[in-house]
Amino acid sequence: MKHIAIIGNGIAGITTARHIRKLSDYKITVISAESKYFFSRTALMYVYMGHMKFEHTQPYENWFWEKNNIDLKEGFVTTINTAEKKLIFADESTLTYDDLIIATGSKPNKFGWPGQDLEGVQGLYSKQDLELLEVNAPNNKVCKRAVIVGGGLIGVELAEMLHTRKIPVTFLVRDKDFWGSVLPTGDANLISRHVKSHHVDLRLETELKEIIGDENGRVKSVITSSGEEILCDMVGLTAGVSPAIDFIKNSEIDTGKGVKVNKYLETNIPNIYAIGDCAEQLEPTGLRKPVEAVWYTGRMMGEVVAQTICGNKTAYNPGIWFNSAKFFDIEYQTYGWVWAKPKEYEAHFSWEHPNGEKRITFAYHKTTNAILGVNTFGIRLDHQTFDKWISEEKNIDFVVSNLEEANFDPEFFRSHFKAIKKAFQHQLQLA
Amino acid sequence: MNTVQRNMSLSGEPPVALNFIQKLSVIIGMFGLGILTLAIFNVNFPNKTLWLSISLTSMIFGVSLFSYGAYQHKHSGIKNDAVWFKSISSRGFLAWLLGIILTGFYIVLYFYPQFLGLRSEGGNVGLIGLFDPLSELLSGNPASQWFVYGTLYTIAILAFGIKFLWKYRHNRYEVLRTCSVMFFQLAFAFIIPELMARLNNSEAYNIPYYDLKNIWPLSYYNFDQYRVDGFISSGDIGIALLLFGIASILVITPILTYFYGKRWYCSWVCGCGGLAETSGDAFRQLSDKSLKAWKIERWLVHTVLVFSVLMTVAVVHSYLNYDASKYWLNKDVFLLSVAVFLSALFAVIWIFKKDELQKDARYGAIGFISMIIGLIGIHYFSGSNIFIFNPETLRKTYSFLIGSIFSGVIGTGFYPILGSRVWCRFGCPMAAILGLQQRLFSKFRITTNGGQCISCGNCSTYCEMGIDVRAYAQKGENIVRASCVGCGICSAVCPRGVLKLENKTPKGRINSDAVLLGNDVDLLDLIKQNK
Repeated sequence: MKHIAIIGNGIAGITTARHIRKLSDYKITVISAESKYFFSRTALMYVYMGHMKFEHTQPYENWFWEKNNIDLKEGFVTTINTAEKKLIFADESTLTYDDLIIATGSKPNKFGWPGQDLEGVQGLYSKQDLELLEVNAPNNKVCKRAVIVGGGLIGVELAEMLHTRKIPVTFLVRDKDFWGSVLPTGDANLISRHVKSHHVDLRLETELKEIIGDENGRVKSVITSSGEEILCDMVGLTAGVSPAIDFIKNSEIDTGKGVKVNKYLETNIPNIYAIGDCAEQLEPTGLRKPVEAVWYTGRMMGEVVAQTICGNKTAYNPGIWFNSAKFFDIEYQTYGWVWAKPKEYEAHFSWEHPNGEKRITFAYHKTTNAILGVNTFGIRLDHQTFDKWISEEKNIDFVVSNLEEANFDPEFFRSHFKAIKKAFQHQLQLA
Repeated sequence: MNTVQRNMSLSGEPPVALNFIQKLSVIIGMFGLGILTLAIFNVNFPNKTLWLSISLTSMIFGVSLFSYGAYQHKHSGIKNDAVWFKSISSRGFLAWLLGIILTGFYIVLYFYPQFLGLRSEGGNVGLIGLFDPLSELLSGNPASQWFVYGTLYTIAILAFGIKFLWKYRHNRYEVLRTCSVMFFQLAFAFIIPELMARLNNSEAYNIPYYDLKNIWPLSYYNFDQYRVDGFISSGDIGIALLLFGIASILVITPILTYFYGKRWYCSWVCGCGGLAETSGDAFRQLSDKSLKAWKIERWLVHTVLVFSVLMTVAVVHSYLNYDASKYWLNKDVFLLSVAVFLSALFAVIWIFKKDELQKDARYGAIGFISMIIGLIGIHYFSGSNIFIFNPETLRKTYSFLIGSIFSGVIGTGFYPILGSRVWCRFGCPMAAILGLQQRLFSKFRITTNGGQCISCGNCSTYCEMGIDVRAYAQKGENIVRASCVGCGICSAVCPRGVLKLENKTPKGRINSDAVLLGNDVDLLDLIKQNK
């Protein structure tokens, strides 16, 4: 019987295993050095905050894997012997496979800052990172101040986490506004204000220059691009992630930023596939980037590769882009493309609630008026409806007039759609 | 996370420690509770009205001030920080202590009310005596242990309701729902029945204590002989109340459940639900989410339902016929009509809802057949002493096992250990009926927002009914579970805006072949075919 080995038990690897099991009775082995059982990486923050226990982050009960005949192997793969179709582990044990799926995910970026490997300096990605955070920042006596470097989604999560333990946070962000490389100015500004309102010392347009250690090799302070020294006991490096593929670099498998794959998620070596965060698309779909470190794309690639392995050769062809996040108390959802620096054909219309905590930004085509995308803050919108509207290239007028149909806020919530419509009409009159 | 010991320090983690306002409020609340405790030990308060007022006020004020201290300096939003670090909300020492105290209180309340100061002759003393002035003010009668319990129950819902309102002030669904349970408890469960009791001062009335929102079979005693006699002998008002009791379960309940799901009752009206949602809110995360617990739940709650139906039928059957002038309905007609009704109901479900029932059809049949066998048993063995068919034994057993031990001692006493909805989930026959209606005949469902779920597990963790909400959300499937009480917390705690409680057309409500959005259409088709 065919043996499928999957390296990595994150959402991509596990989705593959589940779908292969639905479609076949192949032998499946899922390998992880991080944890025996699949857990939701996105939920690690809630464990530190005390909202959940670690076991709550596991979407399947422990009996699930045996019942579905999915073998779980704990171990760290050091070498892939592609000629002999063999994996070699850190403890020198081996495992042979027929098909191999690489789903090793990401690792936090380190850009060669002086002092980046000192004790007390860490990223936030894995279960081990979370355990390390409990050592580095258990409370505000051990950690009197933390510095976070890099204004992305993980950075703001880390800030929120430390905030719940009343640890003062200084947050160094390179852009003019929080997540300004992704969000249009008005949107990014709303998040900057909200982050500050939680007493985070947000330093915009400030970069990390150097991390200074004490005599024990522990972080003591950081020096910023403006030359200021900030005393701290912990530094969080959250300037994005990149594929965790170091162990593959010395193999026959072609890599660039990530493991290079074609539309069918195949690498240059037959029977070896790469999916999720660690895959680099040779031909990215539409406006998407070659490497997408997002939960949903990992899941979709897992579904696709399972089809291919089980005989329905399928290309990875994701639909309309979508994503979501939560910045402290403000929920964010996005559908389609709203660029921080609008493309030459792209116009934006925004509405913001007077309380400054709700906002919606539409992107539409300047000449055809077709809806291109939406960013929404503090208002929940229906994925299915927007997916349909964007793929059908509905007119922005139609979208604004029919927003009620796409409402996903809980019942009895105050609706802002009339105000949005009015603001849109007002803008038209001005134009 | 087991490798890290985080509670070595005796001073406690910063988020767990109480701030000054909270410490002050604990003192005030404990002072109020202390007065009641002293009363239990027969300290005789000189001015009962004054001391009772001080006690109740300081308890409400203490809890309100505690909430103020906890939430006033925080942004509106989800406030579950440190829930699993606090002893009280994570089955720690304080939780066990509270569990033991509550359980003990229930045992004394149900079985040894004399220790609370209940006296059948002469004035009440102790705790119950302290409540005499309030009872006399409302109904004109001295207090009973049930009046004391009812008052404290109402105080608990009001005080912790204020806390809940503060905690969820950003969420209008939660705000309205909580105002609703606070209103129904205060007006329907507490004040109206006491005022109705004043009617009985006149000879013409003999109305039993009636909390109008407490519907049979939750109030399993509603059709006991003394009550039905009371209703019938109280003129038009009495008859109207009796008819209302019957219409509540046969007409009103199915209609409202069709439109809104069982939440209209379980989390907007019901007193048990009201206590769970307010005082029990701190314990909602303790419910067991395992598949095993779900299996136990389904067997247990439906067994209680069968038990409650048979017990009630046996009790009603036992007093019919003895006085033809009072009861036009005779024993045989009654049994036969119950059997016909159940058969018709079962036939309708079998014919029209077979698809929804799926594998559960077998269990439905088992329940139905056991009820019919029970009815036959009641017919042939009435008057005999065979244990399981003797109405008085049945009633006493039910009242002891279900009415006292399950709903009170375990259901509420074990809040800090088993979570806040143990009774509602595993034991309440009313919830079982509403659950069947919700699953089979309702517009209510929780929809999931396309492919946005990140499987984080907040929804499942904070589901008080132990539903593994995430299992559905991560597949893009609607949540249509019999047990869902529609509290809306899963939707509130979701960090990605994935869940929405909705009443929409029943068509396509159960979509177990749903696939997640985000892929291209061909792949969706492939996945669907292979489901």
